Amino acid sequence: MTPPLISSVPNSIDQTTELLRQGGYVADRSLSTALFLALTMKRPLFLEGEAGVGKTEIAKVLSQTLGRDLIRLQCYEGLDVSAAVYEWNYPRQIMAIRLAEAAGKGSAAADSIYTEQYLIKRPLLQALEKHNGGPPVLLIDELDRTDEPFEAFLLEVLSDFQVTIPELGTVKADAPPIVIVTSNRTREIHDALKRRCLYHWVDYPNVDRERAILKSKAPNVGDKLGAQIVNFIQNLRGMELFKPPGIAETIDWAEALTALNAKELDASTVDATLGVVLKYQDDIARVRGDVAANTIAAAKKAAG
Amino acid sequence: MNLLPQNVMHFARILRRVGLPLGPGQVALALDALTRIDLGRRDDVFWTLHAVFVTKHAQSEMFRLAFDRFWHVSTSDDEGLIDRKQKLRSGEAQTSRRIADAFADMAPPSSANDDAPEPAITDMSASWSASEKLRNQDFETMTAAEMADAKLLLKKLRLPIPEVRTRRFVAASHGSRIDLRATLKASLATGELIHLKRKACVERHPPLVVLCDISGSMSAYARMLLYFLHAITNDRDRVHVFLFGTRLTNVTRELQHRDPDVALARVGKTVQDWSGGTRIGAALEEFNRNWSRRVLGQGAVTLLITDGLDRDGGAGLSDETQRLQKSCRRLIWLNPLLRYAGFEAKPAGIRAMLPHVDEFRPVHNLNSLAALIETLSLVHQPRRPVAA
Repeated sequence: MTPPLISSVPNSIDQTTELLRQGGYVADRSLSTALFLALTMKRPLFLEGEAGVGKTEIAKVLSQTLGRDLIRLQCYEGLDVSAAVYEWNYPRQIMAIRLAEAAGKGSAAADSIYTEQYLIKRPLLQALEKHNGGPPVLLIDELDRTDEPFEAFLLEVLSDFQVTIPELGTVKADAPPIVIVTSNRTREIHDALKRRCLYHWVDYPNVDRERAILKSKAPNVGDKLGAQIVNFIQNLRGMELFKPPGIAETIDWAEALTALNAKELDASTVDATLGVVLKYQDDIARVRGDVAANTIAAAKKAAG
Repeated sequence: MNLLPQNVMHFARILRRVGLPLGPGQVALALDALTRIDLGRRDDVFWTLHAVFVTKHAQSEMFRLAFDRFWHVSTSDDEGLIDRKQKLRSGEAQTSRRIADAFADMAPPSSANDDAPEPAITDMSASWSASEKLRNQDFETMTAAEMADAKLLLKKLRLPIPEVRTRRFVAASHGSRIDLRATLKASLATGELIHLKRKACVERHPPLVVLCDISGSMSAYARMLLYFLHAITNDRDRVHVFLFGTRLTNVTRELQHRDPDVALARVGKTVQDWSGGTRIGAALEEFNRNWSRRVLGQGAVTLLITDGLDRDGGAGLSDETQRLQKSCRRLIWLNPLLRYAGFEAKPAGIRAMLPHVDEFRPVHNLNSLAALIETLSLVHQPRRPVAA
């Protein structure tokens, strides 16, 4: 692990691009703009896009380059307040009541068991606390995996950076965390939540940017092979497959081919490793063989 | 410079007219955001306003069109503003119409870049347009008596879809789990023995996705089916409705209008392939590719309403049906063709689809909403056990 590169919050869009580049993330102008605004205006950033285009990575890179803690909340169906925000430590509370009763002060227990020492803090509450090195990066990952009721819990956190605990009061962050929300769009997120955020659709990169990403993420891959891989993948994305490959697949595939000592694409290696790129049998069956051979030829031509 | 707020407000108003749900809060936010960037760079201004005003990927293209039209003239130029205002006034209706039309005609969002080749959807519609009958449809309005009937009938509807247990809990006196938080609170109130409070899982309907055939052979049922779809869309949450003939159209938003006649009029206008041919395979493929991941996410049940008569003779239909069945909790096929009891699955389309549906519901005499609801409510033996 390289030591975190401590730098301050960027002052311009160019600096934002540079900051991401330091963390090995190649961003286009639109993403840098959205991220820069999110950072300076202290608004959550809502990132939507297909799987494997690098949404989660942005939060990781931010926390690394800014030297902030990363607090991650992975969403799943049924996620509720007790797993995401806070929970009372019931065994300790019961113990406290029993001890108070034994000491003959049972009535006093009511006031003392709802204090911070009986509170178990979950990610959202942790993100509001003071952190060394500045406000943390809060990553709310794959929000579309939860059901609608959970979105309601988030509204207060995202708009006012505070959490209200009925028994205790309101916990408010001194300095708001940097919030990144991601969604794979397996369902629509409610407008009320989106309105509190800045929105950005993370698209597949174009050839040049994908080449740059590959260079930074998989430096061992040869130039020639890299160019062919990127062109091949870009062609696949135009084919209306059930699941077009993301950038994550490009990187995996480049590493796989390098591990197999491939210097450039050839039909048999591509057919053998197609499972790294395509994850559905129908897609693989469609591409394997002639289509792959033609695409390789086209990719080689385009790569020059 | 001081014209900027006015311009942004005006721009927001145009976007609102085009259909982006913008409040004054976003306008204020946009103005704030614009003070933080270099206004000299057009692309920065574009992406800044994009980040604030756009909340869905589908709005992106519309935003781009509106932005290009609106910010065509330099913003710091007084004359330019007046000039543009006049232009807008004269062409305002036309502008929003064009953008709205562009939206209606727009292919479902594709990930293609500007420089990437056009998605093949365009080619497909172009090559089919010769044989494809494009027409809008007017529906007889519903009488008050019909409406009352429909409401009553709908109460009887029991889709063969069991409610699904969710991971959310409500207080319940005989619940299966102990609610520790409520228990502790109650015990503090009384200060007596601890009474256990209980909670139970919330059960709710899984999302429902309806794919309904509106081709020529189904046209006799179109009106009734649409009233049914309207009723069911407004009756429960998480319902998505798609209509298909030669192309696939998402009409969920249109059907959400409370008034059934208004809703149907909107659907009639939106859908362009009424009573034409059927290309079930192509429609299912489009659904699988563009929508299945977006609407089948939470364990949805799919109701497919079609007679299975396919113009393409069932080409590709088997694979696409299988893909659809594997993407959803249950695939139920309602087939209204079977007028005779001694029906055999002959047409190629039917043979291709039948092995892949979880449940097959033939309707021998589908002439009323009552018959439809009765058929759907019958308890059948499922073809495969219901997977949770």
